[in-house]
Amino acid sequence: MQAGKIAAPRQMRSVEFRKEREATWQALEELIATADKHGLRTLGAEQLARLPHLYRATLSSLSVARSISLDRALIDYLENLVGRAYFVVYGTRQHLRRQLSEFFLWRLPSTIRAAKWHILVSAVVTLAAAIAAFQLTWADMDYYYAFAGDMAQGRTPAASTAELREGLYHIESGSGGLATFAASLFSHNARIGILAFATGFVAGLPTLFLLFYNGLVLGAFAALFHARGLGVDLWAWMLPHGVTELTAVVLCGAAGFQLAHGLVFPGARTRMDSLREHGRSAAVIVIGSVCMLFVAGMIEGVFRQTVTSVPIRFTVAGATAAWWIAYFGFVGRSRDRKNAEDREVARHGPPRRGSVGELAPQMSGAMEVAR
Amino acid sequence: MKPASLAALHSTDDAKLVREIVTPEGIPLRFTLARAGDRAAAFALDTLLQVIVLVVISWGLSLAAGGGGSWLTAVIVVLAFLLVNFYFAFFEVRWQGATPGKRRIGIRVIDARGGQLETSAVLARNLIRELEVWTPLRFLLASSVVWPEAPGWARLCAGGWAFAFLFMPVFNKDRLRVGDMIAGTRVVMQPKVVLVPDLAEEAAAAPIYAPAGGKPAAAYVFSDAQLGIYGIYELQVLERVLRTNPGDASHAEAVRTVSEKVRQKIRYDAKVVDDERFLREFYAAQRAHLEQKMLFGQRREDKFSK
Repeated sequence: MQAGKIAAPRQMRSVEFRKEREATWQALEELIATADKHGLRTLGAEQLARLPHLYRATLSSLSVARSISLDRALIDYLENLVGRAYFVVYGTRQHLRRQLSEFFLWRLPSTIRAAKWHILVSAVVTLAAAIAAFQLTWADMDYYYAFAGDMAQGRTPAASTAELREGLYHIESGSGGLATFAASLFSHNARIGILAFATGFVAGLPTLFLLFYNGLVLGAFAALFHARGLGVDLWAWMLPHGVTELTAVVLCGAAGFQLAHGLVFPGARTRMDSLREHGRSAAVIVIGSVCMLFVAGMIEGVFRQTVTSVPIRFTVAGATAAWWIAYFGFVGRSRDRKNAEDREVARHGPPRRGSVGELAPQMSGAMEVAR
Repeated sequence: MKPASLAALHSTDDAKLVREIVTPEGIPLRFTLARAGDRAAAFALDTLLQVIVLVVISWGLSLAAGGGGSWLTAVIVVLAFLLVNFYFAFFEVRWQGATPGKRRIGIRVIDARGGQLETSAVLARNLIRELEVWTPLRFLLASSVVWPEAPGWARLCAGGWAFAFLFMPVFNKDRLRVGDMIAGTRVVMQPKVVLVPDLAEEAAAAPIYAPAGGKPAAAYVFSDAQLGIYGIYELQVLERVLRTNPGDASHAEAVRTVSEKVRQKIRYDAKVVDDERFLREFYAAQRAHLEQKMLFGQRREDKFSK
């Protein structure tokens, strides 16, 4: 038997504490497990109402446990449980349909308006390359091979004017082939577009190259057909899908430049913060462009191969141009203005503190949903 | 006893990989960044699933359409594109940062600042995969199609490119791949932890590991002086030893070693029949002692602190 005082009694506060609160934690754990497995929507109204309360109670348990308990396993358990619950409570609970409508009715056009300078740079690069290639090819047709290479499917200076003309008014028989054609056009173009965005991470140089190359092909192509007096026919053939497709490519380039901008010129922010902001808005633009390329692929693969009337082709081209200008120029403007006003109020109102201020409205939103 | 001997038994979490975010309620939560191996495994699982889904869809469609037709090819081409480019984004949006592979491995994507994981962030981090994975891969595996007369240096460049992006997470302290940098996200471990019984309570209850056939050992009693030697760190190392592989031979071995060292250190001279029981009782007494001190504001972090 050891000498000295006998140690403290066995029944510790931390053991008592655990006994009192354990039921709450288990209730939360069950809710989280259901939400993880079957989605938040499978929780009933009553369960959903309990979620924030259980979460807060468990959060406070964690806080207490950290100060009174030395049971590592218990603290680890609570930390893990609160961490999992945190994402369920603060996660997005908008319906997919609402997310989509918000994206297309505000986020996308608004982001594109905000990126106007990057879009301008991207458009100028494409246009400059096209004009340069047009001039050079116009003067000497041999340049055509250098710019457009062998990707023009037989449409080269070696072909006769009649053959070139035939290519512009060719009608595909049978509808099945067209669908495949449209689908592969879309997936090819969309991949190039995503790549133009992603290579923005390498300071935007490959993005620049992709845009420039795209412009060169366009310019050389135009020069060839204009030289043969097929200018009007060429544009009638190209613009119905080209308006949408070229805009999408320019937008992807702009997204790449935006990324490069965030990386190379972070300004007053840290490079990581700057990248994070530019990267997210660039991603929005790319998703918009992918949708546009899908539309362009449909027009190119199906409409162009079945309709040969020049006036109809130009009408469609004009209509798509008008549509994109209206969409990107005006949709969601009222919400932009409202947000700007809110920011103004916030600047002159009480100062908001970091993430706490940003997240608090979401929490109350979650509580409202729960009610 | 050498200072490091107990710590050597402690299978340490890498403290460098722990990140903290503060909830809106003002309570810090700690997350451990996912290891490269876990992320690679999750990615492999997800890729496998993508391939399986694609094969099943194309097979089902071709059966349904009676063996062909190019509308079918068109649908498959578009589906393949969507699957490759939006599989990850779809699940990470729907499942709050997890994909089937990530969930299986027990990791998830979170916002680096602890806010809501935005859809735009998920899209940004996944669109970059085209640059990180698919383009270099396509070039390496199918260079005969993409660029038939690719010279050796071009292949070397592609290899270097793929290598640089693939191993990016290993070269920075936050384990970020390019997509995470662009989107401002982190990938953290989030395995499911179950609530295990309290060791201190078990020790107070009937002995679980009573020596076979023998009489139940007498309760061990410790003096304040004996309980004043170790700190919180040693207590939690002991907890880990007691919880690791119970009933195993390696467990018994570890318990015997630790029990011997503890008795030496605290000069516990009485006879000990059952090391497991002794350590459990010591754990309970030591924890009660340290928690008691903590209530009065004295946190003894380890045996070196005063």
